[in-house]
Amino acid sequence: MARYSTNEFRSGLKILIDGDPCSIIENEFVKPGKGQAFNRVKIRNLKTGRVLEKTYKSGESVEAADVIDTEMQYLYNDGDAWHFMHPETFEQIAADKNAVGDAAKWLKEQDICTVTLWNGVPISVVPPNHVTLTVVETDPGVRGDTSGGGGKPATCDTGAVVRVPLFIDEGDMIKVDTRTGEYIGRVKDE
Amino acid sequence: MTDWQSSATLEMLQLRARLLQKMRAFFHARGMLEVETPVLSQAAVTDPHIESFLTRDQRLNKTYYLHTSPEYAMKRLLAGGSGPVFQLCKVFRMGEAGRLHNPEFTMLEWYRPAFDHHQLMQEVEHFVRHMLEDSLILRPTQYFTYAEVFQRYAGLDVFAAGSQELQQVAKAHAIDVSGLDEAQTESWLDLLMTHVIEPRLPKDCLVFVYDYPAWQAALAKIRDGDPPVAERFELYFNGIELANGFHELNDAGEQRQRFQAECQKRSAAGLPLVPYDERLLAALQSGMPDCAGVALGFDRLLMLAAGKKDIAEVMAFDIARA
Repeated sequence: MARYSTNEFRSGLKILIDGDPCSIIENEFVKPGKGQAFNRVKIRNLKTGRVLEKTYKSGESVEAADVIDTEMQYLYNDGDAWHFMHPETFEQIAADKNAVGDAAKWLKEQDICTVTLWNGVPISVVPPNHVTLTVVETDPGVRGDTSGGGGKPATCDTGAVVRVPLFIDEGDMIKVDTRTGEYIGRVKDE
Repeated sequence: MTDWQSSATLEMLQLRARLLQKMRAFFHARGMLEVETPVLSQAAVTDPHIESFLTRDQRLNKTYYLHTSPEYAMKRLLAGGSGPVFQLCKVFRMGEAGRLHNPEFTMLEWYRPAFDHHQLMQEVEHFVRHMLEDSLILRPTQYFTYAEVFQRYAGLDVFAAGSQELQQVAKAHAIDVSGLDEAQTESWLDLLMTHVIEPRLPKDCLVFVYDYPAWQAALAKIRDGDPPVAERFELYFNGIELANGFHELNDAGEQRQRFQAECQKRSAAGLPLVPYDERLLAALQSGMPDCAGVALGFDRLLMLAAGKKDIAEVMAFDIARA
């Protein structure tokens, strides 16, 4: 199994901690005037999403995690799993609820997502930054109000609930930022 | 490719040039001799926590180490009767890279015959205040012994604490550390120093920590007492280590023992063995005057003067652009 020395630590490096794949967010080299040097790292556990801090004696080595990010197209949900296809190799994989997590409400068929694979198995899914969804349920719009002030909740076809301006009606298509969950704008019919 | 450009701004390079002049004027006004000593050395530093770069003369089939400090050569000059000397030079330390470290950096060292570490701390304070007078307002300087900072900021009697107590303090501060053996008391102290104490030292003033445990003497004299302490000091500003000084060990026999003890530690830790400096030992044998010396990281001084957070911002080209 490949190992990384603390000298190779940098943000984005994927390592194995207590059996879980983690990604280094920040790496700080600290050393007293004379004496032992340390690497103080901030790490994200890729399975739980939790951020932790850890210190390594400099020169130690840590097991590498075989983690890769791949761009894959979301196909469908079969009730248990979400299915994705690699757009070039046409390889298909299924991601379970733990891997998809909160991303589920943004997944729209045909959208290209970032699927993180650990030893070939999906452990997390990141939807595109912007998705276009159809409003399936919202209170009736108020005529003449186009200011967008105030707003109201709208349920979309993927199940996501987004705060939208009052003029949005059922059946409208809207653009949403998946990182913040915020409404960006209405999409005119294509 | 854009990384041909400097990692520092032009203003920063101008500030560096101004402070270099100011530094030299300070020492010239005090009648000190500026010296230059070799970067290439046949001997290396034995400190197990410092790794020297090495290079080969292919034609003579000879290995040279890049110095990690000009200390040994400057002490040979002192033993030869140079009187007070200072030097600004590039030094090299393998593997030291980060926000506060660059493997190649600029060191300022000076040595004062007839000074002890207390007198030299005073001069270091004057020097740093002088260098920063146009950039920072410093609150009154604070002085603590090594035992005092551990008592004050970690609640530990550092000379009595065993490694279990040190581990408990680390745990109480939620430090999750990997790779330290139970028995490595010295490393646990270094962990607490860097993770607990340095971040809690008083802010906006120079802080001197002095009288280190004898096992952290490095090249300092050890003063008899209960417990014996090393006449060594460190200067911190806002938790950043800026300088390290010694009331210099000038006993050749003890210096040889320390070199050999460090070689033994290197061997036990599986680190490469390196030749220690017989010429320094010969110089000490012939007689080096009682003196104090200090090494100050000039790049870090610039970081303070300019309020920069990353060492790359104060050097023309950091290691990534070297």
